[in-house]
Amino acid sequence: MSARLPKGGRFLNRSQPIEFSFNGKQLQGFEGDTLASALMANGQQLVGRSFKYHRPRGVVASGAEEPNALVNLGTGRRLEPNQRATTTELFEGLEATSQNHWPSLEFDVGAINARLSRFLPAGFYYKMFMWPRAFWKHVYEPFIRQSAGLGKAPNARDADTYEHFNITVDVLVIGGGIAGLEAARVAGSSGAQVLLIEQTAQWGGRANVDATLIDGADEEHWIEATVDALEDMDNVRLRTRVMGAGVYDHGYVLAYERLCDHDPQDGLPRHRLWKIRARQIVTATGAIERPLSFAGNDLPGVLLASAQRDYLINYGVSAGDRTVIVTNNDDAYRTALMLHNLGLEVKAVIDARAEANGPLPVAAREAGIRVETGKAIAKVKGVARVEGVAICAQVGEGAVLDEIACDVVAMSGGWSPVVHLWSHCGGKLVWDDAQAHFRPDPGKAPIGADGHAFVHTTGAASGLLKSDEILQNAHDAGADAAKAAGHKPKRGKAPTAASPDEAPIEPVWMMPQGAGHELRSKMWLDFQNDVKVSDVQLAAQEGFESVEHTKRYTTLGMATDQGKLSNINGLAILSKSLGADIPAVGTTTFRPPYTPISMGAIAGEARGKLFQPLRRTPMHDWHEANGAHWEPVGHWRRPYAFPRGSETVEQAVQREVKNTREAVGLLDASTLGKILVKGPDAGAFLDLLYTNMVSTLPLGRCRYGLMCSENGFLIDDGVIVRLSEDSWLCHTTTGGADRIHGHMEEWLQTEWWDMQVHTANLTEQYAQIAVVGPDARNVLEALGGDIDLDAETLPFMHWTEGRIGDFDARVFRISFSGELSYEVAVPASQGLAFWNALLKAGEVFGVMPYGTEALHIMRAEKGFIMIGDETDGTVIPQDLGLHWAISKKKADFLSKRAQERDHMTDPDRWQLVGLETVDGSVLPDGAYALAEGRNENGQRNTQGRVTSTYHSPTLGRGIAMGLVLHGPERMGEVLKFTNIGGAPIEARIVSPVFYDPEGKKQNV
Amino acid sequence: MQRYSVFAVAREAMRQHTGWHRAWASRAPRKSYDVIIVGAGGHGLATAYYLGKNHGLTNVAVIEKGWLGGGNTGRNTTIIRSNYLQDPSAAIYEKARSLYETISQDLNYNVMFSPRGVMMLAQTEHEIRGYQRTAHANSLQGVQTEFISPQRVKELCPIIEIRGPRYPVLGALWQARGGTARHDAVAWGYARACSDMGMDIIQQCEVTGVRSENGQVTGVETTKGAIGCNKLGIVVAGHSGVLAEMAGFRLPIESVALQALVSEPIKPCMDVVVMANTVHGYMSQSDKGEMVIGGGADGYNNYTQRGSFLHIEETVRALVETFPIISRLKMLRQWGGIVDMTGDRSPIISPTPLGNCFINCGWGTGGFKAIPGSGWATAEMIARGTPGPLAAAFGLERFREGRFIDESVAAGVAH
Repeated sequence: MSARLPKGGRFLNRSQPIEFSFNGKQLQGFEGDTLASALMANGQQLVGRSFKYHRPRGVVASGAEEPNALVNLGTGRRLEPNQRATTTELFEGLEATSQNHWPSLEFDVGAINARLSRFLPAGFYYKMFMWPRAFWKHVYEPFIRQSAGLGKAPNARDADTYEHFNITVDVLVIGGGIAGLEAARVAGSSGAQVLLIEQTAQWGGRANVDATLIDGADEEHWIEATVDALEDMDNVRLRTRVMGAGVYDHGYVLAYERLCDHDPQDGLPRHRLWKIRARQIVTATGAIERPLSFAGNDLPGVLLASAQRDYLINYGVSAGDRTVIVTNNDDAYRTALMLHNLGLEVKAVIDARAEANGPLPVAAREAGIRVETGKAIAKVKGVARVEGVAICAQVGEGAVLDEIACDVVAMSGGWSPVVHLWSHCGGKLVWDDAQAHFRPDPGKAPIGADGHAFVHTTGAASGLLKSDEILQNAHDAGADAAKAAGHKPKRGKAPTAASPDEAPIEPVWMMPQGAGHELRSKMWLDFQNDVKVSDVQLAAQEGFESVEHTKRYTTLGMATDQGKLSNINGLAILSKSLGADIPAVGTTTFRPPYTPISMGAIAGEARGKLFQPLRRTPMHDWHEANGAHWEPVGHWRRPYAFPRGSETVEQAVQREVKNTREAVGLLDASTLGKILVKGPDAGAFLDLLYTNMVSTLPLGRCRYGLMCSENGFLIDDGVIVRLSEDSWLCHTTTGGADRIHGHMEEWLQTEWWDMQVHTANLTEQYAQIAVVGPDARNVLEALGGDIDLDAETLPFMHWTEGRIGDFDARVFRISFSGELSYEVAVPASQGLAFWNALLKAGEVFGVMPYGTEALHIMRAEKGFIMIGDETDGTVIPQDLGLHWAISKKKADFLSKRAQERDHMTDPDRWQLVGLETVDGSVLPDGAYALAEGRNENGQRNTQGRVTSTYHSPTLGRGIAMGLVLHGPERMGEVLKFTNIGGAPIEARIVSPVFYDPEGKKQNV
Repeated sequence: MQRYSVFAVAREAMRQHTGWHRAWASRAPRKSYDVIIVGAGGHGLATAYYLGKNHGLTNVAVIEKGWLGGGNTGRNTTIIRSNYLQDPSAAIYEKARSLYETISQDLNYNVMFSPRGVMMLAQTEHEIRGYQRTAHANSLQGVQTEFISPQRVKELCPIIEIRGPRYPVLGALWQARGGTARHDAVAWGYARACSDMGMDIIQQCEVTGVRSENGQVTGVETTKGAIGCNKLGIVVAGHSGVLAEMAGFRLPIESVALQALVSEPIKPCMDVVVMANTVHGYMSQSDKGEMVIGGGADGYNNYTQRGSFLHIEETVRALVETFPIISRLKMLRQWGGIVDMTGDRSPIISPTPLGNCFINCGWGTGGFKAIPGSGWATAEMIARGTPGPLAAAFGLERFREGRFIDESVAAGVAH
């Protein structure tokens, strides 16, 4: 049984016990524990269930590569599923529950899947569950979904907050082991801005566990001194608990900081996402030990040999009392020696190599440890945990030579460099035969925009496994990175280290090499997803020869650890099955993030009210205080209507229309786009942009203008104002302001760059208020000022500027309602005061504010089109009867040629008309006009559609606008319109101008 | 063909699964074929399949630069729906959706089509009107959709926050027979069926040139040698522009990266597909338990199959806002595919300026859902030499004529 040793544990503060619970059981650990070490210290070997077969699972690793020990952490608003126990630092009150079982971890009904596993090989679901057809949705799939998944779905809003942080550095060093420290030290010596990040809470990486003498002293001294030296450099930042998550183009790196996962509390962000722009990157991300493939290698009690050392040294935890070590390399002997030195029993070292005569095996033998060379594990004995191993010859088929009782199997299949960050942005790998691993190919590094490599790799991540070589290489990597970033490193001497020689590793991808199907179907490659050697072989047999096919067919490497333990072993099995070399088969693509990062961190601060910026007009708060019913329009919110008392929204809209038509209304039109276009070529530019002639617009005049895309479609409309000889103010729709400004700049910057024109989006600089209705002039005149508002001095479609009351104002005589109307722009800072002044002055005239819906109704009564209603990206001005706004004199403008194409001049294009229901009701939004018959694809033919539809309070009936085949020639004809769930609705084709067709009211 | 069934699995279980055949044969290219399809993605394989099944053409090779199904077929978010606005789109996507209903049985390969329902959220007044219009159009197109209330949205998908605060859910367009399928299985199922009909699927074979005589295609040059053909179908999505150049014509296409991501797997909490176009994100939960997430395409042209993190951020932000519970889930993996975008965001299924050379491309961000219908229509066009009714509107000439099929009003950014 796993247990805490009476002493030891570098990370532990044994004077600080910590209470936590697992599956409701109260347990105790120490400050410095991870959840995994604390569970092991409490003898909790079984920590979860696997994905497919619900096999019992114990801790197999000690870091980010752990596939088994995943728990639901916390409860309620702090529940986090699939949290890795090996990277979860213990804190007071931590609550964890195990996952993927029912009714309990110890007794799981789903474990039946393991019994049925012979019927559930890789890809079994592609071959069955096809009949009866309806069963997939109603029976099979729900069952599969229920048994799949791992952790619990959270059911409450997250209690924590998150944040983003941006930083630019010269050199980013990822990984705080001895390689990363040395690289950072050398880079730092050059004066470059250096950032060193380490995913765990401690510096030094594995060197601390595998006691290394550096510069003649214990590694701890060197690590401490180096960290101190780095902290003393002003140009160097060091951060622990920050993981390099992804490397992207142009030196963009994501890092993931876990600020208070180890100490959950309100008030601090839980995670911080670092967005780093680095000139040069050094990945010193270490290596991960590989498991070995032997039957029963998934039982709780089987773990990585290096992990066992980590638990002993760092946490004072032994994985069990009697260990069998199985290996194909010398490194695992370190575990044997460490156990021996701590007085723990090593039953045997099973070494698959024919001989083991390096210094470490020799030392093991000298210590009296039984070493069996040329041997393999035929099978691990035990049902829910390790009870012993059966030994066989590696070269055989698994005939059992001996059995050894034990409760731990520590395995080592060699080391795989962590190449993820190197690979994310295109760094290539090379297969190293001697070490039996893929390592970065230094000649094929990720290339930046300047054509030079921007990622360096060092330490174990580069394939070096001896401390001496690592330090020398890291020294050079730090210097190279600093140099490439434009700095001069101080070339000192690399520290030296003493490492014992190690005999070569011998690749062992299956144990024993001649294992039959029975054994192969019990050799796990992917512990979480339950992918076994036999599954990969089946995939190869069935022709899934590409490594990507095998991955997808078997789900190998698709678990939460993304194949950190399983990929290379699976790849080796695949290449063997195909009779190909490992490098020829290649790896799957490494995708960010290195380990999963929280969605909360990715979203950052942008949630709730901060989700997107809320744009507010100067009168926003007044609207809010006066009961505005809001409508989101782009990033703005506009009042849809202002319901009063017990009024419904619909009633409010009807009142607002009536009041505006009969007395006077105020509209906050500040959101309308206002783009200033200025310069010697401004007129020529606008002539190209608008379909109308703009350059000839006289000073003091306004003109309604249309903008089309180069494909001919109407994209925006608005009033253009000639401000001065060389400047125009272009009004756009609310939603179009930013888009149209971008559109202008795109043309100016990419096509018409020789034009002398500046544009400026002044939308937010002005508050604009439409004063609309028969009493509009009276209200403005009541405010006084120096502007003559009468019809002769300021006629329709003219503008002027001066003072209204105490306000500097521009007054545009334009109308979107058909009423007498002045749109008045004042500086944004004066907007609210002006609004209040208008309300006060208008009181005697019965002034009321109105919202967007009243605006829409009034424009529809008047037959004015609305971008987004009458247009949808497929409509040209000619469809809308706007021929008059398309210049015939101009040589060219955007959309001119497009609108000459066959389909644009087709007389069968649907045309704008008004529609009046026969019974006075309101046509449904989006209804289509039915035509006879069906098309070749069996769809009902149509001959038109509704584009806008409202109840008109002015006319007391439903009115609509629509596009209809040959519409303008069919006045009076009655069409049938779709009405979902009811009989078609009849409507008559009429003029789209329902109100004041002569335009008398707006022109008084 | 070796039949797949529960009985076959049971039989094989008794003999350690040694009797399973290759799903598709691996053959060297022959000298020439009646038809060569370039691109063994879903669309290319489906085209080959329906050439054989509907038109009796089986002397066919499907040539693939990499591994079959390795492009966008294996990179998408597996959503299947047909609630399109314009008639030609609705016709081909509904054809595809209806073929998906029986495809597992047709191919004897379980592609796990799951008609769990797709909803597109309306979060502005403008979207409400757009989706209502789509519902009207769909009612005439034989596509079953309905506009549903926020309360119904919440019933169907309890993890949605319908009250905002920023963009409250105002309703949704609901297609109950939309859903998802296992994307890889679609490619594998078609490949297996094609191989069974005697067609050659040739992987790791890159086309390096297109041969022609007198304006008629005569074959292709590849890294495995020259191969002759009477008819050529180019079905290569993101690399269409490259192939078109070899064939001597240009396409109105831009290639951009579209990204997706998945969370770690959790127990079932979401039984429908939800698309939120105002905030730019969509999400469903796979049978494995992962939340499958997608969003908008990148804003610049590229071929790298990597995207910028900016878009991942935007998408996740949108979905954390829409589904607050996912805040504490973790992103497991992100990836990108190269999508071929046309000016009107609708596909091209068309003869080309080169005689007997046909092209199927331009599916942009929405190709997976169309695979069976696209293959059906493309096969018909290649077999007859001219587009049938499903493909007729998607010809290249529409860009010259201005006859766009613009779905922007209904489709927004997301597929």
